[in-house]
Amino acid sequence: MLKNLLPEKIDHRYNFAFIDEGAKREIRRSLLKAVAIPGHQVPFASRELPIARGWGTGGLQITMSVIGPADVLKVIDQGCDGSVNAVNLRKFLVKTTGVKTTFDSSAASIIQSRHRIPEVNLREDQICVLQVPLPEPLRMVEPREVETRRMHAEQNYSRMWVYIYEDIVQNGLISLAAGYPVRVNRHYIMNPSPIPKWDIGKLNNSENLTLLGAGREKRVYAVPPYTEVEPMEFDDYPFTKEDFSGLCCSRCGSTDVFLDEIYNESSGEKYYVCSDSGFCDQTIKQKEGQDE
Amino acid sequence: MNNKKPIIEVRNLSRIYGEGCSLCGKNTGPEYETNVCPECGTVTALKSISFDLYPGEILGIVGESGSGKSTLLQCLYFDQNPVSGEAYLSEYEEGKYNLLNLPKSKKRYIRNHLMGMVYQNPVQGLRLNITAGANVAEKLLDADVYHFQNIRNRIKELLERTEIPLLYMDTLPRKLSGGMQQRIQIAKALANNPPVLFLDEVTSGLDVSVQARVLDLIKLLQDESNISIIVVSHDMGVIRLLTDRTLVLKNGHLIEGGVTDQILEDPQHAYTQLLVHSTL
Repeated sequence: MLKNLLPEKIDHRYNFAFIDEGAKREIRRSLLKAVAIPGHQVPFASRELPIARGWGTGGLQITMSVIGPADVLKVIDQGCDGSVNAVNLRKFLVKTTGVKTTFDSSAASIIQSRHRIPEVNLREDQICVLQVPLPEPLRMVEPREVETRRMHAEQNYSRMWVYIYEDIVQNGLISLAAGYPVRVNRHYIMNPSPIPKWDIGKLNNSENLTLLGAGREKRVYAVPPYTEVEPMEFDDYPFTKEDFSGLCCSRCGSTDVFLDEIYNESSGEKYYVCSDSGFCDQTIKQKEGQDE
Repeated sequence: MNNKKPIIEVRNLSRIYGEGCSLCGKNTGPEYETNVCPECGTVTALKSISFDLYPGEILGIVGESGSGKSTLLQCLYFDQNPVSGEAYLSEYEEGKYNLLNLPKSKKRYIRNHLMGMVYQNPVQGLRLNITAGANVAEKLLDADVYHFQNIRNRIKELLERTEIPLLYMDTLPRKLSGGMQQRIQIAKALANNPPVLFLDEVTSGLDVSVQARVLDLIKLLQDESNISIIVVSHDMGVIRLLTDRTLVLKNGHLIEGGVTDQILEDPQHAYTQLLVHSTL
């Protein structure tokens, strides 16, 4: 049955999705626990892979352990389908699974992403896998793992609040940008991976399951569907997203999307394009369809 | 005063450091001039201490070094776990629960919302790598105040009250003098208006003029609010000035207790007599 579904380009010297079935089961068990305790970091035995730890191995192992032959895969790196990290991981996954891939976020069943969540809202039948470099949000205020675990267990987060307090005192605003700490299900404080503040709102009460993996730090955690995710904020210093008002994408013309600033060195000109390349392409395609 | 219900009731509080053996109780105490058991080397820091603290009262605890004064405060502030005993706080669930058996999260709640502590050494009570204001803010954030401007205003109020120039609000405590650090600790302890305050050797190490101002502040606090304070000190002058009642500890045992004037003027126990007469 499995063989019939697989295309021929798959490399049969390896197990389906590279890692062995025992390893997959172990990671799935950790993921089940992670889903059961939203935002809680669950240890797992990070496997040796043909890419170095710290280059997306956490996300990769999650994808490998949940992917099946019928899945449709999308891999992105900072919103882009075509950058090095995305291309390498996609090729590796295709070679060992033979699954179909897509650039269209709404057509994918599994989206592995580095540091962005797609612009379009994901659905219940989709899984978003995020690669995480440093899973512990309290690490910047407390270097000891024993202590940070105790702080999580007791919800003792005042030192994280003090960090934000001092940030405002020193900078006049909250200077935390990528990986803004969030409170999941009114309990654990979680590092949402270095996604921009723009994407934080997409985690809140999202329809899809979000799985986060840190291969080097050997931790997985999850935000189940319809879970409350709130950024840490003072009552009088509310959380704000990046401001792109008055700007639009120079390719597709979209406003209200996360934009990358591009600087043309020879002309000294600045222009903006969608960070989510798949979304940008889709928008252009739709507009062309309307024109015809 | 005794017709009032005590705010804190402590019963048979014991704390030992070490394994303990059957002879520990028999071989230690003031009669033996030691709290180290000769059989097993266990230190009996506190042996069945019982006392009450009444609302609005300042209670003094005196004794020589190693008599268990600081251990007693730290047990009540949940820094240390006593081996046995009970403590009830009337402000928490009307004193129905033994604080020492509560889960950690409840202990943290009580500590953050209902107690304040000033340690003998500012290093224990403050984080030296965050600013003075942030140290006070931490206590407020612990007590669930999440409004930045309200926190700032409260810090200013407390610094003014403890006579710390506002210009030091955003300075690291390690750049401040010992006396200043001690006053930041007091500001931090008072941040959430706790009904109970623990002061451990609050004036030792300060110069005389600063000492006088800190003592004035404590007196003022008691006059203004109905705060109950336990003052630990080896300085009989501080005890005489501040406290209404005094307990005398020796080798982990409570050897005498009563109205401060009576303890100072007419000490009963031989050790208390020694203590009172050796101060000049």
